[in-house]
Amino acid sequence: MAAEDKREILLEVKNLTVDFKLGRRKFSAVDDVSFHIYKGETFSLVGESGSGKTTVSRAIMGIHQASQGDILYKGESVSGNMTGSQERKFRQSVQMIFQDPMASLNERAKVDYIVSEGLYNFKLFKGEKERKAKVERTLRKVGLLPDFASRFPHEFSGGQRQRIGIARALIMEPEFLVADEPISALDVSIRAQILNLLNKLKKEEDLTYLFIAHDLSVVRLISDRIAVIYKGKIVELAESEELFRRPLHPYTKGLLSAIPLPDPESEKNKNLLIYDPSIHDYDKVPPSWCEAYPGHWVLADERELDLWRRR
Amino acid sequence: MTETREKILRVEDVVIRFNLRGKELTAVRSASLDLYKGETLAIVGESGSGKSVFTKSFLGMLDKNGRVASGNILFEGENLAEFTREEQWLKIRGRKIAMIFQDPMTALNPLKTIGEQIREVITLHRGMNRQEAREEALAMLGKVGIGDAAQRYGQYPHEFSGGMRQRVVIAIAAACRPDILICDEPTTALDVTIQAQILENLKELQREMGMSIIFITHDLGVVANVADRVAVMYAGEIVEYGRTPEVFYDPRHPYSWALLASLPQLGEKGEDLYTIHGTPPNLFKEIKGDAFAPRNPRALKIDFEEAPPWFAVSDTHFAKTWLLHESAPEVEAPKIIQRLKEKSLKGLDYGS
Repeated sequence: MAAEDKREILLEVKNLTVDFKLGRRKFSAVDDVSFHIYKGETFSLVGESGSGKTTVSRAIMGIHQASQGDILYKGESVSGNMTGSQERKFRQSVQMIFQDPMASLNERAKVDYIVSEGLYNFKLFKGEKERKAKVERTLRKVGLLPDFASRFPHEFSGGQRQRIGIARALIMEPEFLVADEPISALDVSIRAQILNLLNKLKKEEDLTYLFIAHDLSVVRLISDRIAVIYKGKIVELAESEELFRRPLHPYTKGLLSAIPLPDPESEKNKNLLIYDPSIHDYDKVPPSWCEAYPGHWVLADERELDLWRRR
Repeated sequence: MTETREKILRVEDVVIRFNLRGKELTAVRSASLDLYKGETLAIVGESGSGKSVFTKSFLGMLDKNGRVASGNILFEGENLAEFTREEQWLKIRGRKIAMIFQDPMTALNPLKTIGEQIREVITLHRGMNRQEAREEALAMLGKVGIGDAAQRYGQYPHEFSGGMRQRVVIAIAAACRPDILICDEPTTALDVTIQAQILENLKELQREMGMSIIFITHDLGVVANVADRVAVMYAGEIVEYGRTPEVFYDPRHPYSWALLASLPQLGEKGEDLYTIHGTPPNLFKEIKGDAFAPRNPRALKIDFEEAPPWFAVSDTHFAKTWLLHESAPEVEAPKIIQRLKEKSLKGLDYGS
C-alpha cells in the first residue's frame, strides 16, 4: 500500500454524477462515482450496456457536463471552467480511441488528413515537411505503411482502420488515452493484434490508458486495475488478478460466471450466477465504499462486507 | 457412437457463387456437413468465411445474385439444392428449418404486438385456431424466459430490451417446432449476462423439443458452451470438424490453432498475444492449395501447391491439412494450444 501511495495520480474522478433529462424526468446515468488512475497504468472500467461506463469516459473528455463532483487531471479541475491554455493543454494530452472504426473515420478525407487533423487544430507543426514527417512516423508506429497516407478509409480493413484511429490519437503525443471498447467491433482474428499494439504503444510512448469495456475476460490481460460499474455506480475495484481470484460483490461474481470460456469442460460444469439486486438491504443504511482488502474496494454495508469477506 | 444417431441433414460439397457486377465470387467452396437429430453443431469462422451464406442456402435465403452452383443439400428425402421455385421453399422455411439472426429488431414487425407475431406463425404453420394459438404463444414466451407472459403478449417490440427481443425472436422461430434451428450469431450484440441466460434457455428448449441446432458464431467461448460438435470454416470451406472437446483440446488445422491461440482470454500477462497475420484470400480469384497457407508461418511447401484432402484424426474428428499426412514433418502447435489442455485440467473458470 505504502509503495502505491507514492505513485503519481494522473486522473482523479471525485463523486462524479451525470444527470440526463428525459422530458420532465431526471435520472443519473452516473451516480457518485469516484476513482483515480495512476500515471502509467491501464485502468479498465467494465460494465454492461446502460451501466454508465461510456458516460464516465465522456464526462472525462468534457463531452458531457458533470452535474456534481469534479474531475482532476494532474491535480487541476477539468470539469468546470478551464482557462484557454489549460483547456488546450488538456485537449492535447488526452485523446480518445473509438469503438467502431467503420463509423469513426471521415470517409471523404484521406488518411493523411484524418491523422493530421489534430495537428492542424493545434498548429503543432511548422511546415508541410514537418507535418508529413510526423504522419509518416506515426503511421509506422501503429504498423501501417507511410504510403497509406494518400488513401481513403474505405480501402482498409477493420483492423487497419482501427490502427488509423489509433494513429490519429497518437500523433498528438498524448499522455492519457481513453479507449472506448476499442476491440469489440473487430473480428476475432484482429483483436489480438490491436491489443498487442496498444500494449506496445503504452510502453514505448509512456501512456496511461482508461479502457472502457463490457468483457471482463478481455481486459484481464491488459489491465492493472479494474473497476466494475453497475447502473451508474462502481460496485467493485481491485487489481486485475485480485478481482478474478477473489470477487466480492455478487454483481461481479455474476458477470464473471457469465463469461463464456473457450473451454468445453468448464463450460459444461458452468454455474451461472444471476445477480439479483433485491438481496441488498439498503433501505435504512446505504452501502458505503469499503476497502475489503488492501487496494480491493467494494460497495457494501457492514453486514455484507463481513459476510463476503468470510467466504 | 455417432453412427447410431439419425442424420437429419446431409450437405455435400456445396459451392455457392455470387455474381457481383459481372464478376464471379465463390463464397462457399465445396463445404460439407452432417447434422444429427437433437445435436448442436457450431460453425466458427471470422467474418467473410462464408458461414452465414452457407447456412442460408439451407433455407433458400441467398440474395438474388447468389446461387448454389453445385453440391447437394439432402433433407427429408429431397435435395434442397435443386429447389428453384419459392413454393418449394415455403414448405421448408420456417416450418422445418428456421433461422434467427444477430439483430432481433430487423426480424420483428414494429407495428404488431409480439403476441400477434407469435400467434400468426403458429396459426400459419401449425393450423391451430386463435385461442389455441394464443395459449401456445404464451407457453412459448414462458419457455424462452420471458416472465409475465400474459402482460408482455400485448406489448410492441419497442417496449422490449435487446435481450428480450431476441427471446421473442427465438420464441417465434421455435413456435413452429422446426426440426432444425439455425442461429446466426444470436447473442453477439447482447451483454454477457443476458447472453449466458439466453444460451441456457436455448439449450433447455432444445432438450424439450428435440430440435437440431446449427449455431453460427465467431466466439469460441459460446461454442464451448453450446456445441456438441464444431466445424471450423475458413475462406468458404470447412477445414476441421469434430466433437467439441476434440477440436478445443486437440485441434489439428493451423487455422484452428490460430483462431484459438489469438483469444485474449487465453493470453498470459506480460506476453504478446498470438496474432494471425495477413488477410483472408480474395474470393474472386481461384485459390490454389491450402487457403490458409499464405497466413500460416508453419506452412509446408505442398500447402501452396495442392489443396489438402480430409484426414481422420479419430472416428469423429477430421481436418483438412497436410500436417496429418503420414510423411508430413512434425510441426508443433503454438504453445498456447498445448497450454489450453493443461489449463482446463487445472480449471479455467473464474472466481472460484
